[in-house]
Amino acid sequence: MLFKKMSMELDVFVGNTTVLDEDVYQLWLDGQTVTDAVRIRIEAGALQECEANAEVLLSDTMDQFRTFQMCERLLQSPSKVANQLLFQIPPHRQTMLIERYYEFDSMFAREVLGKKLSKGTKKDLDDIGSKTGIVLKSCRRQFDNFKRVFKVVEELKGPLVENIQRHFLLSDVLARDYAAIVFFANSRFETGKRKLQYLSFQDFAFCAGQLISYWTVGAVDNVVENMDVDLEKEFLHDLKDLKVLVNDKDMLDQHKSLVCAQLRGKIKVFSEMEASFKNLSRALVNIASKLTHTKDVRDLFIDLVEKFIEPCRSDKWTIGDLRLFLTHYSSSVHTLEAFRRQVIWDRYMGVIKSCILKMYHD
Amino acid sequence: MPGKLKAKIVAGRHLPVMDRASDLTDAFVEVKFGNTTFKTDVYPKSLNPQWNSEWFKFEVDDEDLQDEPLQITVLDHDTYSANDAIGKVYIDIDPLLCSEAATVISGWLPIYDTIHGIRGEINVLVKVDLFNDLNRFRQSSCGVKFFCTTSIPRCYRAVMVHGFVEELVVNEDPEYQWIDRIRTPRASNEARQRLIFLMSGELQRKIGLKVLEMGGNAVVGYLQCFDLEGETGLVVRAIGTACTLEKISTLPATATHPSNSSPSKDMKDSPQAAPSTLGCRSTHSSPVHSASSRLSQGFSVSVPTLLFAGMKPRHRSSEAPRARQCRPGFGEEAPGVPLSSGPPTPLRAQTFSSFSPSKSYSRQSSSSDTELSLTPKTGMGSGGSAGKEAGPLKALLRQQTQSALEQREYPFFTLTAFPPGFLLHVGGVVSARSVKLLDRIHNPDEPETRDAWWEEIRQEIKSHAKALGCHAVVGYSESTSICEEVCILSASGTAAILSSRFMQDGSLDTEHRLSRQPLCVFSTGSERVEGDMGSSASLGFEEVVPPGCGFCHIPYDELNIPFPAQLTYCYCCRRYKVPDVLFTTIDLPTEANVTGKGCLIQARLCRTKKKAQGEGNATAISNLLPFLEYELHTQLMNKLKLRGMNALFGLRIQISVGETMLLGLASATGVYLTALPSPGGIQVAGKTPSDITYEQHISNMQKKINDTISKNKELHEINPPEVVEEIIGSPIPEPRQRSRLFRSHSESSDEVSELDLSHGKKDAFVLEIDDTDAVEDIHALLTDSPTPAGFYSCNTEIMPGIQNWTSAIQMFTSVRVFRLNANLTNQGLNKIFSDLCENLLKSLYFKLRSMVPCCLCHLNFTVAIPEDELIQVAVTAVAMSFDKEQSLENGKQSGEKTLIKAITENDEQLQFNLELNAETSSPNPLSSPKGLSEVGSHPSARASSLEKASPLPEGRSRSLRSNRSYSGSSVAVVKMTPLSFIPGAKIIKYLGIINMFFIRETTSLREEGGVSGFLHTFIAEVFAMVRAHVAALGGNAVVSYSMKECVFMENPNKNQAQCLINVSGDAVIFIQESELESTSVQTQSATTHTSNGGEGT
Repeated sequence: MLFKKMSMELDVFVGNTTVLDEDVYQLWLDGQTVTDAVRIRIEAGALQECEANAEVLLSDTMDQFRTFQMCERLLQSPSKVANQLLFQIPPHRQTMLIERYYEFDSMFAREVLGKKLSKGTKKDLDDIGSKTGIVLKSCRRQFDNFKRVFKVVEELKGPLVENIQRHFLLSDVLARDYAAIVFFANSRFETGKRKLQYLSFQDFAFCAGQLISYWTVGAVDNVVENMDVDLEKEFLHDLKDLKVLVNDKDMLDQHKSLVCAQLRGKIKVFSEMEASFKNLSRALVNIASKLTHTKDVRDLFIDLVEKFIEPCRSDKWTIGDLRLFLTHYSSSVHTLEAFRRQVIWDRYMGVIKSCILKMYHD
Repeated sequence: MPGKLKAKIVAGRHLPVMDRASDLTDAFVEVKFGNTTFKTDVYPKSLNPQWNSEWFKFEVDDEDLQDEPLQITVLDHDTYSANDAIGKVYIDIDPLLCSEAATVISGWLPIYDTIHGIRGEINVLVKVDLFNDLNRFRQSSCGVKFFCTTSIPRCYRAVMVHGFVEELVVNEDPEYQWIDRIRTPRASNEARQRLIFLMSGELQRKIGLKVLEMGGNAVVGYLQCFDLEGETGLVVRAIGTACTLEKISTLPATATHPSNSSPSKDMKDSPQAAPSTLGCRSTHSSPVHSASSRLSQGFSVSVPTLLFAGMKPRHRSSEAPRARQCRPGFGEEAPGVPLSSGPPTPLRAQTFSSFSPSKSYSRQSSSSDTELSLTPKTGMGSGGSAGKEAGPLKALLRQQTQSALEQREYPFFTLTAFPPGFLLHVGGVVSARSVKLLDRIHNPDEPETRDAWWEEIRQEIKSHAKALGCHAVVGYSESTSICEEVCILSASGTAAILSSRFMQDGSLDTEHRLSRQPLCVFSTGSERVEGDMGSSASLGFEEVVPPGCGFCHIPYDELNIPFPAQLTYCYCCRRYKVPDVLFTTIDLPTEANVTGKGCLIQARLCRTKKKAQGEGNATAISNLLPFLEYELHTQLMNKLKLRGMNALFGLRIQISVGETMLLGLASATGVYLTALPSPGGIQVAGKTPSDITYEQHISNMQKKINDTISKNKELHEINPPEVVEEIIGSPIPEPRQRSRLFRSHSESSDEVSELDLSHGKKDAFVLEIDDTDAVEDIHALLTDSPTPAGFYSCNTEIMPGIQNWTSAIQMFTSVRVFRLNANLTNQGLNKIFSDLCENLLKSLYFKLRSMVPCCLCHLNFTVAIPEDELIQVAVTAVAMSFDKEQSLENGKQSGEKTLIKAITENDEQLQFNLELNAETSSPNPLSSPKGLSEVGSHPSARASSLEKASPLPEGRSRSLRSNRSYSGSSVAVVKMTPLSFIPGAKIIKYLGIINMFFIRETTSLREEGGVSGFLHTFIAEVFAMVRAHVAALGGNAVVSYSMKECVFMENPNKNQAQCLINVSGDAVIFIQESELESTSVQTQSATTHTSNGGEGT
């Protein structure tokens, strides 16, 4: 402190319009301590501004942190922010506060994805923190946000993304990410296996978006009462009928020759494809037919990786080859006259194709 | 039965969970007024109850309507045990009693609990039906409007200004009643809150009655304060200025403009627009009587400065009066001046007479005329004697100056800004202080003793004003500081001469004038000024005096200057005398000619004192006060010079008493008045120039000071126009000026500046460093860091030199408490206290950096010593962004000596427009950039010095503007500002006064984030409650907002803290000028509005 002979007992600054510094807000969200935040600000050149000194910066940082702490209660139910009276905050700043409060580190989200949002998981946050380098306090906030959003929308009817947006006033992009988290937490998809480690949160979020859009009840039927969080049971049941594609030998051969005819000369890995066609097709169809069991739904991604992506990868398929293959693999089924479940097939393959393509990288 | 109060409880929201089992609340509401209580039904199991009650009707006397608040209590119903209170809302229904204010209170109001803070909100509807009863004013004073604003409110016109009204009521403090031992803290706090509400209501009603008696219909500049005396009681007192106001409708409003504008024109045309300097005189007063008749110690100090300038027709041919040497005519004013002889302080004495500084200094020191000297050691004694000496003089003066105004008991005005033409001349600051012992009050429950105390002080003030040749005191305020049983009462104001135009007894000015004539004959000065009075001073006021400098012209007789002063001819009109420095407690008159920009100037001082009891303590304090005051004054003067300025406005000196120390804080806004002489520099002189290193040291210091002065001049754009084509002579370039210092130094003082006006004023003012005190002073001078680029600061309503405000404003309150950890010397304390204030300012600048370029206006510091070794500083101010590009232009304008005006002041804007129209015949003055540049090229824009106006860094102004409207929020935005106006907007209606008192207490201090967390929340809650009440009245802003009390007490060991806050302001409705613009039809009004819009955004 500047003066040895005195100490600051109390120091507050209150504006009629709440004064908020976005940079300091970020430091607070990151879970920094006041001391660290001051250090970071000094390193960022804050002392050059306005002839500040370290003391001024400390006072400002403490004050801002306190302000955010006071706002935190409101931010946890964002709809209150707009009609509370305690802080006079312009609407665009309210939006910023809420959005930033709910933003999360995708590294963190990746770790938590598919886990039960329970106290048990919360206890593991230490590990996640040390693994990702995210400050524990920040981990807690992010985890609590996930849990809070999950609890609110879990039982709500109607489109998941819209529910999240309505209750938490988030941007479309962020609401979609939350939808993915809620969706994964609800279905408890396996994401933690070593073989899945190479997949990022964004990969999974994309897949979740696909599943939500095409495989849930809300996907087919836009009636508001429908739930978006669960996969449509009936559809999963129907997927069993796809087995015929691999069980009927004629159909399998016919399917293969159709695909080969289309792809000949168009992909580099043609021979490999020809050799492994039956295995690949069997893998995709088997995955589909097993989805009636909750356990197998959870294993959807690990199955895709182990049974489809890894074989392709070991044969050095390029992403372009893969795309062409999946396109024709999926479309040529339409010309199989004996096959009756075209609609189910398309609904299944549309999602699987885009998921595989998204997941097919190193 | 003259009134029916009706209340309806609509709904609640965000209620706290009162039933843990269900996580819900069974809420109902009690509505109480006087002794009548109504209840709503219980709305079970909800945090957002919808009561939708019937109308509860109270039939009551209007007297009660004025005194009582409507009390709404929200409770949680509990079948088995007592109902739990959730919180309360007090609603002041006074605004509904006045036809011109609000008609209904409707909206969401925070439910407040003194232990838990805000707990949800309640939606209520309140109305009042006043029966038409002709007698209704008998007991009550319904209908009298109250304004905190210390100027004539924007949408009114003053028909008559009646004068001073005051009232004081006393009650036992509930916190000290025996019952407090057995009731809960909540009950005790609520009893206090309610009592203060009642007392405020009663006080307001009583003041209203006085106003009605005087024939007025409003109180302007209403200032209400609490004194928490402790055992002896709780005092609520208020002062104000009774007026008769007339509402002006929007269109007619513009009609007044033309009249205003004409003066400005006159002034422009007037050939004498050249800048001239006014001398200023300051005096210091020493304690005069040390013991009053009561048991308590009485003591008073009149303040230092007297300055005054007015436009009195002065034909005296006397030239620069050498009054500096005048003996302090009146004891009270004496100390500062004559001080010269005493070794330690004398040097500083110089400060006052800036004009003749070096001269007089050398003279004085050499002449060692000690008779009047007042040194700290001997001070009391000599002060006393001075006082005695002054006695007869005073009496004489008193007899001689009898004016109708003086026949009023107190010719005081709490206004700080005046209708054009009202304020004629300003004499200088007058103040009085008195130390009293609270435990000696014979009958503590009655107001008599306190009334008598204040009366004493007011008399003192009145006589000081008279001594300055003034018949009135403006910018008047009163305050107290209490520590245990000792209470310091203070009052201060600015002696002035007012025009009779707004007063009943119209003739009084003339009378006064005439009566003053004899005065001329009587001179107090030890030296007679040669200026003979040839021309009797009594010319009428009718003579046209340029509005830009008139108020600077001295009101007192120059032969009779009550303190040493350097007078010169006015640098604007060249016709009348002005002082070399002017100190005032009022705002800068909008028509004043100012060069450059202003800035906040603070003097800070800490003095230790021994712990003592009772009378001994009071005596010790009384003895310290004069020194404190004197040193504050010296500091102010030094700092003023250091900034190259010559006048202070809005001077507020606060003295706070603690067990072991006294704190003094003087804040004011320094400006360079074009009419006054340019201040000389500051010259450092060593007393013992024997040592070479010492000399070196001194010259270094001198260099530093000189650098600082020139830096400051640049910073504040002080480039006084050179007096080129004026008769009086050639401009004096800087270097010459300095050399002149030395010259004058050697010159024998007596013959200095007879006719040569450009002469004497250049004197530097000498600081002799012959002791540590002085060295310290110099250090203190130099440690004030300049405001960061893009920032300006002032403690007045208007920042001279800036007009183009955007509508981005940010009102804030900052509170700091420091603990002193060691036994400190005076120097150590001073340093700490000064650093504390400087650091606080730095923090404010940093916090508000996103608003640059911006000005912190109305920076109001309040210091307190809450307990031994603690210093509390609270600041409330408003940061206002302005538009930089235009400010450059404005800089030019001011350089050209066009009037500096408050932006929003319509009159002024109009003047501006007229100029535009005249010169450019631009049909659309709105196009500001264009319009302004045209003005810039205006032929009369001759002063080249303007170019120096330092441009602010380019940049962010744009982005700030986007802030201005936050639409779309479901909570209405309520702006708050300590100023009387809102930039870029027009106030269309005053809804009534907001005067709220809250107590907050906690027994879980740590859990609430410690003392800072606790107070932060509380202040935010207070703001929220003010905003909510304003919104419920239908308003969208609070103007003239102030936090008058913030008493914070903590006991960290017990994990407890308590805080009391009192805030006030005027609720208003404003509309953005830009919106107005579209609706206004009339051309004239359209012009005005557009120009406002242009500048405001």
